[in-house]
Amino acid sequence: MKKHSWQEYQKDVADDKYYYVRSCIRQNFFPGSEAAFLNILRNDLHRDIREDAIHTSCTGIGYHSDIVPIETIMTVVARQFALMTESGYENFASSCITSFGVYSEALEMWHEFPEMEEKTREYLYKATGREFRKPRSVAHASDIIFHHRDEIASKAKYRLVNAATGEPLRGVEHIGCHYAKIFPKNGIGGAEFPYVLAGMIEAWGGQVVDYPERRHCCGFGFRNYLVRANRGYSIANSQKKFESMAPYKPDFILTNCPGCPMFMDRWQYTIAEMEGITYGADGHGIPVLTYEELAGLVLGYDPWELGMQMHQVDVEPLLDKMGVEYDPSAKFLGKNGKYIGQPLDAAVNCGCSGSSIL
Amino acid sequence: MLRQDVRVREGLTACMNCGVCTGVCPAAEFYNYDPRQIVTAVQSQDDDKIEALLRSDTIWYCGECMSCRPRCPRGNTPGYVIQALRTLSQRLGFFVESEKGRQQLALKRIIGQSILDTGYCVHPKLVDPGLHPEQGPVWQWIYDNDQGVYERFSPNYGKVGPGACRKIDDETLDEIRRIFEVSGGQAFFDTIEAHSERKAREMGHEHADDDYMMMVYTTNSGNHQ
Ligand code: SF4
Ligand code: SF4
Repeated sequence: MKKHSWQEYQKDVADDKYYYVRSCIRQNFFPGSEAAFLNILRNDLHRDIREDAIHTSCTGIGYHSDIVPIETIMTVVARQFALMTESGYENFASSCITSFGVYSEALEMWHEFPEMEEKTREYLYKATGREFRKPRSVAHASDIIFHHRDEIASKAKYRLVNAATGEPLRGVEHIGCHYAKIFPKNGIGGAEFPYVLAGMIEAWGGQVVDYPERRHCCGFGFRNYLVRANRGYSIANSQKKFESMAPYKPDFILTNCPGCPMFMDRWQYTIAEMEGITYGADGHGIPVLTYEELAGLVLGYDPWELGMQMHQVDVEPLLDKMGVEYDPSAKFLGKNGKYIGQPLDAAVNCGCSGSSIL
Repeated sequence: MLRQDVRVREGLTACMNCGVCTGVCPAAEFYNYDPRQIVTAVQSQDDDKIEALLRSDTIWYCGECMSCRPRCPRGNTPGYVIQALRTLSQRLGFFVESEKGRQQLALKRIIGQSILDTGYCVHPKLVDPGLHPEQGPVWQWIYDNDQGVYERFSPNYGKVGPGACRKIDDETLDEIRRIFEVSGGQAFFDTIEAHSERKAREMGHEHADDDYMMMVYTTNSGNHQ
């Protein structure tokens, strides 16, 4: 890949004062990632980021399942912008890629069809009495981590380097379709050379490994996962990616979207259970990480405070390679160290965690 | 009617039938599906062809990944065209004439209801391990111990206030419901219900009840690949 291709699509990311909206999927499956994002921004990078208790889903999963009309989702988007306006912020930061696509689509459509913006303002006012200003910038949360990647590197406790051999760890990345395929200019690196995750891996000492199906969809496909009868689509597309990346022997998969890491984690489990096929070393799975988890590990956060116990595929092989210190017996503890049981082991697991509790 | 949808105006100018969209499409790989043919049919403005599409399984295969959008040499977005077709198919009640189309009732009752009741498309209690065996034993553990697991990351799990999977307050939920009323979202839900009710009876069910919903949620005739 030629590096200069990336430069066509440099995106300006605000440096401070963000208004943060959560993702339905990320807070469900990776609540530790969202907590880490806020902690990193506030405590490590000393930036101002506001989370408002009264924001909601953007309804994007409903929109892309075609049950929520475009007029309705635009009005929900307008409400989120109104909350940002009321809080005195201008830089909108989205934890979700589908939402990021939805916000970008609304702004683009309003630009192309001003009558739609008028209608949306009317609906919003009628329904809520609220009014909004458009954001000065819209970023996906990964854009913000990318923007601060060098500062994170300068504070790093661990690097993406094999602690035993000194070799860089090998990461494959998966960008998530709605990050830059809808509006390539809104994503760092555009649709063809997305650099947002690769830039993090490189800045933190790792090596990015290219693989043929790097741009292929993870297979969510909205109704193709959400409806049970259609799930073959989802697993087949994930499997295509695993088969494409496995020969390059990655140490980890890094993901951008909230949904992709969940699918790539769970479908590895399902394929192992159904077909006995695993894609990682030693007959286990390939650890799948969110970029917040990776940033957190680099900064020295405890992996269980990052929520990595919520993955089906064990992350311990990566932690061990990085030389991260962690307590295996604390993996499945609840708040304040309370024992709350632990999951059964599966084929993708290494049997490497929590055993001392039993 | 289709041209009234901004997504058709944005998503289709002059398709030259090159098939690039089909080449990158994950749905085309899995199903007997070709987005190029859909775009061609819409471009033809042939009402019979378009109505046949609205009644077919074909328009429901797309995963809305939008991989086709950046690749089309004419700047088209087949994914947008499909969104517009799906919207029209539901407005006209044609969606119930195909196996994949009928699934819209399940999506409305699962995701749509969740938005109105909780303010989220998805929340932890919605992902029932019984219906989602692929979620695995770790998810089962999370599901069974949700309070203990989420509280570690969220000060307000299930409670009002900031944080992951917080309870969204009633005033906010009222605002969301009013947005659905005012902007046509609720009417669209009602349309999906009404046509599903009609079809359920036609298919010998007493109503579009939970049994009918489970039937559309799980039925796969295997005739799609
Ligand atoms: S890529 Fe564009 S021009 Fe080519 S067939 Fe698809 S929609 Fe038509
Ligand atoms: S949006 Fe639909 S038609 Fe376009 S590539 Fe994705 S699945 Fe195929």
